[in-house]
Amino acid sequence: MKLQTLSLAAAAMLAAGAITSAASAQLSGEPVTAAQMSPQTIKPGDADGAFVTGAKFSEPDGEKLFRRVCAGCHMPDARGVSTGAGFYPALATNRKLASSGYPVYVVLKGMNGMPAVGAMMSDQQVADVVNYVRSHFGNRYRDAVKAEEVKALRGS
Amino acid sequence: MDQPALPISKRDLLTLIGRTAGASAMYMAMTSLGHAQESPFKRPVRLQGDPGGASVLILGAGVAGMTAALELSRVGYKVQVLEFNDRVGGRSWTLKGGDTYTELGGATQHCTFENGGYINPGPWRIPWNHFGLMHYCNELGVPLETFQQTNTNAYVHSTKAFGGKPQRYRHIQADLYGYVGELLAKSVKKGALTDSVTAEDSAILLDALKSWGALDKDYRYVKGAASSGRRGWEKMPGGGLSAEPVPSDPLDLSTVLQSGLWRSIGGNLTFDHQYAIFQPVGGMEQVAKGFERAVGHLVRLNSKVTAIHQDETGVTVDYLDTKSGDRLKAQADWCICTIPLSILSQIPLNVGPELDAAIHAVPYLPGLKVGLEFKRRFWEQDDYIYGGITATDLPIGSISYPSYKYGDRGSGVLLGAYANGAYAYELTSLPPEERVKRALDWGSQIHPQYRDEFVSGVAVGWHRVPWTQGCFGIWTEESRAAHYRNLCQIDGRFMVAGEHASYVGGWQEGGITSALDVIGRLHQRVLAS
Repeated sequence: MKLQTLSLAAAAMLAAGAITSAASAQLSGEPVTAAQMSPQTIKPGDADGAFVTGAKFSEPDGEKLFRRVCAGCHMPDARGVSTGAGFYPALATNRKLASSGYPVYVVLKGMNGMPAVGAMMSDQQVADVVNYVRSHFGNRYRDAVKAEEVKALRGS
Repeated sequence: MDQPALPISKRDLLTLIGRTAGASAMYMAMTSLGHAQESPFKRPVRLQGDPGGASVLILGAGVAGMTAALELSRVGYKVQVLEFNDRVGGRSWTLKGGDTYTELGGATQHCTFENGGYINPGPWRIPWNHFGLMHYCNELGVPLETFQQTNTNAYVHSTKAFGGKPQRYRHIQADLYGYVGELLAKSVKKGALTDSVTAEDSAILLDALKSWGALDKDYRYVKGAASSGRRGWEKMPGGGLSAEPVPSDPLDLSTVLQSGLWRSIGGNLTFDHQYAIFQPVGGMEQVAKGFERAVGHLVRLNSKVTAIHQDETGVTVDYLDTKSGDRLKAQADWCICTIPLSILSQIPLNVGPELDAAIHAVPYLPGLKVGLEFKRRFWEQDDYIYGGITATDLPIGSISYPSYKYGDRGSGVLLGAYANGAYAYELTSLPPEERVKRALDWGSQIHPQYRDEFVSGVAVGWHRVPWTQGCFGIWTEESRAAHYRNLCQIDGRFMVAGEHASYVGGWQEGGITSALDVIGRLHQRVLAS
């Protein structure tokens, strides 16, 4: 699936199908974002593009994907956590991110208990979230992953 | 049924199976021979033979670990159990008033539910056919009560159908069955099925369809006594002068199909959700407490396993006392590890490459539950919903009404969300109070009373649970083919048990049957050595 970042949310909404005004009432009180500027009959999700469909992630950019998917385990500051029986590794200042193929692979295929969250993302979304993490949280890798590279790895 | 000519008696055969193939195989064989269902079910396993002082270290005091501890200690093994939490039970867990829960990341929730309300963040139902768990509930004195799985007066709800207005389950089910019955009857009468159904059977099939679909004398599903007898009446039959009932209008077939609401029916028909289905009185933690009464003295709490090492003579486990900070060691001849694979895959462990690969091959499901307390049981008082589950395509997934204290005039707690898929991740990423707020917002589309009646809520996102890092193990056909048998093999002196080592994933029965299976095989080895 080749979708440009900006069209992702709308495409996912189309996939989810048209809904009624009653359903979009859930948004009352939440700030309107570009991601929500779609026809009234389309279920727009929340400010991050979350809650559009349960079948896949609809967040439209890397930051929002990180915030609403990755941060559930790796924590909002990307520093991971090790207070429990196991740990979630830090993504912040993580040398394993030096080669972009590694995080792309982990997102696509999963790792130990981590599900293959990339299976519910487009190639562009995987590229976006990997690029976001590799250029934030103390990571300063300048090479960006392209959707085509994700596609190639996904099929391998 | 013709009895096969067994060269030995059924009892002898079962004994033989029990000795050679292990306890779980015997239990399964009992079921397939019709033995377990026909006779009062006593117990799934009784190991026999002196283990000669052999010791077993069990990691994890959930139902799998405590089942193993109970049965092994009974037959004479020296048993010690290490448990990470400051309580036993693992995912057999209840959040009720007075409980505190701290998730990964540090958010702490203080549950303030009153009037006996609770939610089970993990397993919440016990089907009649989970023989192992039913057996232990009975043996350990865990009182059960009926869980309302299917409530035909609960709702099915889609944001994309009926203008977002929830529909009664009985309307969708009756109309779906009715129209399917009518269509099939038409096909039979037209002779469209003569390739598959004989003339004699066609007549019987028509009768069956009339009965199944509530069809009229002309095999039509139409407004009238037959259809209203299933879907309910516009005005119910009563007594006296106002007694005459008024039938209700069925929806039309296309509306039923297009709504997609029929999707909610199939799940209730599955074997794991058929009646009778139960819950422990007072919450699922009562299962844990039942086991605790039997084997709690064998369990060391607050013990975080940090390394597992085996050699030819035994197993050594390094662990941290999370209260004192002391680093300690435990040793035994054998080790049964019930630690979820999401955690175990992060612990240093020397096993063969097959088991090692299996331990690293199972991702853990996201899942999130929200419990909501309301000032009154408006679902009963206003909507006539007594227990059961409303299904919705909103991110909350479902609303489950308490199957206890019906008619109580005080506050009540319902399950306000059981989220899966992308929704579970997206909810888990939010702080607990925000998850509760969202569940309230969405649920109020189905029950507008939410707004005025809300008291408090708790939310558990399973990927933030410190001792599991996920809900339960996800197997695919491919991963099962590659790794399942390897996961279940005894590797030297180390072996795995838990729901992840079962075909009953996510249910306590999976943990119990995997434990019974592995202790049967362990016992054979010990007796043979």
